[in-house]
Amino acid sequence: MLVSFIFVIFIFLSMIAVIVIKGLPGLNWKMLTQTPKSGYYIGGEGGILNAILGSLYLAVGATLLAALISVPVVLFINVYLKKDSWFAMLVRFSFDVLWGIPSIVYGAFGFAVMIFFHVRASLLGAIITVAILEFPIISRVADGILKLVPVELKEVSLSLGATRFETSFKVILKQAAPGILTALLIGFGRGVSDAASVLFTAGYTDSLPTSLLRPVATLPLAIFFQLGTPFAEVQQRGYTAALILILIIFAISGLSRILSKRFHEHILR
Amino acid sequence: MYQKRTIKDITAKHIMFTLTLLVSLLVVVIAWGLFTRSRPILSENSLTALLFSVKWHPTQGQFGFAPFILGTIYVTLVAIVLAVPLAIFSAVFLAEYAPKALRNSFKPVLDLLAGISPVIFGAFGVLVIVPLVQKYLLPVVAHLAKFVPFLATNNFTGFGVFSAGIILAMMIFPIMTQVAEEVIHSIPKEVRDSSLALGATHWETIKYVVLKKSRPGIIAAVILGLARAFGETIAVLMVVGNVVQIPKSLFDAAYTLPALIANNYGEMMSIPLYDSALLLAALILLVVTVFFNILAWLILARVEKAYV
Repeated sequence: MLVSFIFVIFIFLSMIAVIVIKGLPGLNWKMLTQTPKSGYYIGGEGGILNAILGSLYLAVGATLLAALISVPVVLFINVYLKKDSWFAMLVRFSFDVLWGIPSIVYGAFGFAVMIFFHVRASLLGAIITVAILEFPIISRVADGILKLVPVELKEVSLSLGATRFETSFKVILKQAAPGILTALLIGFGRGVSDAASVLFTAGYTDSLPTSLLRPVATLPLAIFFQLGTPFAEVQQRGYTAALILILIIFAISGLSRILSKRFHEHILR
Repeated sequence: MYQKRTIKDITAKHIMFTLTLLVSLLVVVIAWGLFTRSRPILSENSLTALLFSVKWHPTQGQFGFAPFILGTIYVTLVAIVLAVPLAIFSAVFLAEYAPKALRNSFKPVLDLLAGISPVIFGAFGVLVIVPLVQKYLLPVVAHLAKFVPFLATNNFTGFGVFSAGIILAMMIFPIMTQVAEEVIHSIPKEVRDSSLALGATHWETIKYVVLKKSRPGIIAAVILGLARAFGETIAVLMVVGNVVQIPKSLFDAAYTLPALIANNYGEMMSIPLYDSALLLAALILLVVTVFFNILAWLILARVEKAYV
């Protein structure tokens, strides 16, 4: 058992090591601060600033939108509904089901809806699609965190005459804020790293994102396209882009870990 | 006369209730949306013909999904066979043998691994797994193929079912280990203690008591992995070879349902019924993964009820 455990650790460590070693030589300021110049995909000059910024805009937008849905829903099932309410059960069940739907299905569905409304591939379309992808993840994590908030807190607040609305947003949400932020960061990480859902909805462009209604480049797709070219130089940039993406994911994960530690320190027990 | 804040509370309640209701109906909305869009192709062909036909020629109006469905199933099976033993052993190790500090510090690592972008797994596949299979495994296989069926192949690129299975196994390992570890860990201490008190060794206790008791939960973990593997897109697309055929060997190139959608959905507009066919593929994916997830959910809910 120890052997299989070590084996698995070794595989994952070697994977990260390979990406770092392969990506590092291509890492320079040009990659981070320039957009692709003409002929970039056959070895021309430039960098992937368009994809880095695009991914961040997209994930920030999608996470905010998902938060607007998740936070009220999760507060509703935890504060307004009784603990063993069948409706809360149904909602939690649907979170789990939504969480299991492959991202390509969200991508295909999102694009079908966009065609129906005659919207072209754009930042806005991608934000909405990725928000739908992120919100079950955020809701599940946030739900788990709100369950940790002691019931007494809710009861005290209600017995002092606060309405459930005030209890939700002024007491419970404040208590759980670092935890909710962790949930948002996890959702954000998923939004940054997913490729299948933005494949059609975001489109792709070599210029910087300027408008919600224009196509936008994303980091996962930049990696995918660059690795797909037959030029060693461009593939090298793909590996560097992969390194950048891994660094972003690790940073987000580290941040959420720090936050959730702080959450556990502050929570009343 | 209501107070202002009471009115606020009631308004908020109604808004939040509506939002919650909408959210819980989202699965139905997506399924219905995909179904209406895939109706054109369903009205021209019978579902069984679409599912079991091997002829995929969109320009001639032939849409047989069998190569893609079989490709997806094969790749998923390889991933499951590779990942399940490792995940169960790792889960047992973490829950039973590992010191508490290691157990606690490995959980975030599993979260991290589960959060790594599919594209990164794909890049690792192209960079390491495919060349390894091509350079070292295929020559050995060429000799073995004389004795073992399902190994003979004329695809020497390394891109194929086996490579995709390895990458998928890595991707589903975190979720399976997480769920299995939680299930094993939730088995009450008394059960273990009584087994040990009767003279069983630690390993016997694990093998005959703990693993037996946690079997439903472990099955649920495997099903969750299965659902994940079935819908994974980009990573598989990058290493599976993308050839429309029914793979006859472990090392043949294949094509999966998610890869089919990903590769063609952007530019299918000019061919009649093509988009309808691709949305039907998405609907199949949705139905299969939702089915597996509900199954796992039911099993885990029962497991939870038994121990809490």
